[in-house]
Amino acid sequence: MSMHFVSIEGLKKEFPVKGGSSLVVFDNINIGIEKGEFVCIIGHSGCGKSTIMNIIAGLDDPSDGVVIMDGREVSGPSLDRGVVFQNYSLLPWLTALQNVNFGVRARWPRWSSEQIEEHSCRYLQMVGLSRSIHRKPAELSGGMRQRVSIARAFATQPKLLLLDEPFGALDALTRGVIQEELIKIWSETQQTVFMITHDVDEAILLSDRILLMTNGPGAHVAESVKISLPRPRDRGTIIEHPGYYKIRNHLVHFLVTRSSQLAGGDNDVETLTVDPIHDKEFSNRRETPDPQPSATASLSNAG
Amino acid sequence: MASLNVRAALLSVVLLIVLLGIWEALNQPPEASEALSEFELLMGGADEEARVPPPSQVLEHAWDELSNPFYDAGPNDKGIGIQLAYSLFRVLTGFFGAALVAIPLGFVVGMSPLMHKALNPYIQVLRPISPLAWMPLALFIIKDSEKSAIFVIFICSIWPMLINTAFGVANVRQDWIRVARTHELSSLRTAFSVILPAAAPTILTGMRISIGIAWLVIVAAEMLVGGTGIGYYVWNEWNNLDLNSVIFSILMIGVVGMLLDIALGTVARLVQYEE
Repeated sequence: MSMHFVSIEGLKKEFPVKGGSSLVVFDNINIGIEKGEFVCIIGHSGCGKSTIMNIIAGLDDPSDGVVIMDGREVSGPSLDRGVVFQNYSLLPWLTALQNVNFGVRARWPRWSSEQIEEHSCRYLQMVGLSRSIHRKPAELSGGMRQRVSIARAFATQPKLLLLDEPFGALDALTRGVIQEELIKIWSETQQTVFMITHDVDEAILLSDRILLMTNGPGAHVAESVKISLPRPRDRGTIIEHPGYYKIRNHLVHFLVTRSSQLAGGDNDVETLTVDPIHDKEFSNRRETPDPQPSATASLSNAG
Repeated sequence: MASLNVRAALLSVVLLIVLLGIWEALNQPPEASEALSEFELLMGGADEEARVPPPSQVLEHAWDELSNPFYDAGPNDKGIGIQLAYSLFRVLTGFFGAALVAIPLGFVVGMSPLMHKALNPYIQVLRPISPLAWMPLALFIIKDSEKSAIFVIFICSIWPMLINTAFGVANVRQDWIRVARTHELSSLRTAFSVILPAAAPTILTGMRISIGIAWLVIVAAEMLVGGTGIGYYVWNEWNNLDLNSVIFSILMIGVVGMLLDIALGTVARLVQYEE
């Protein structure tokens, strides 16, 4: 297990509830992430995705289990793990540039102001912001704010980047544009990314691997779906790939029916690794129930 | 139709004229029927009773005072500017002294639930005490009326600043604290670069309340301690039965109080942010 760049071993989180008993949100979560890999995790609200992310970030403590990154156990927040929160978490009294500077200065305290500024501007440019960098977050649109937040996270060059539903609050058009920028900046930086999402198409577009979580309480990672679509991927053409809907249908089917069927089951089951495009037995095992794309496949952002 | 501002200004002026007109009309001395003796002139003419001076007299007096605000003709006759300067000095000394104590203490109370619980009973008991109630004790311990007045300002300024700082600090959005934590900021850096700017608008509101209260209290405090200051001036002119000066100084107290509030309001706008 510990061969991975990041390995999450036997993670468990329980909350005390009234009456002395406790509620197990998830149990026996085992995830391995390789260096440079882009991994998405999908699951319904309440399965504890955000808690897992907070534990990896070091902002929350697990009830059991460990997170090991680069040979060291995670105990508390660190600049080695950058986080992009859903609500942007920009400091509203600073301009876009100052917000990125804030991260860069924390990372390299000895840098001169010019050095910091230059570094920040480079990353703001990577996410397509060069003109509005002297505006405060309140004067920016939601999409621009999230770009600043992403630039801040990438600019600190963490070993692992954690994205907690970064596009959840954005409209579909803006989301598409920023997804492409994320792909671009990711392929330029070779960053390791772990991302939470509710959006199946987004996950397929971005990931090397998608982890599927069963419903909580007592959630676990049921499957690790390999996305062997060729890169570079493009929003417009990826859907024409013959394997795209194989993956998509598999994911939607999981979320609609199997995530609840498997819920609360035996948590000791090994996470199944599947590759909907290449697995021969996979296509034989199960008839695809929905050969046409369904318009409602992307789940709500609630959560 | 003129803009709202123009109409409001017009209405203000009309109100002023009407009110001053009524005040003026109600306070005319009665016509003297015969020529007055020197004694009668000295005693206020044919007036049977004392009257509030009409605004024309007050304005005339105000003009005299304001054209030479800094004259000093002995302990009982100083210009209005000097008196106001004494009061402002006391208020600002007490106020900034209180800020130096209240804001750091407010940070501690706001950041540490332990300190909050431990100090809250003291704050709750000390806060409702009228600042003037401290005066005798202050005079006894400090043995200096000037410093006692400053102490009274200090003690009345401290509470709004302390309570607002603690509240602002305790209610900084968790998201921003998490940003500080994921960037590995030390507690001190977090306090200065995240919590202070986040809580600054709330702290400034506390400071604004404090300076307002301090300006209210200084008048009463100076009436007690005497010697100098606008509060002493009002009381001294009352003893001199110079109602022109009393009314004039009341107006000046209002104007200076407003200027203090405007000054802090300007600072508050500088640290204000939009979420």
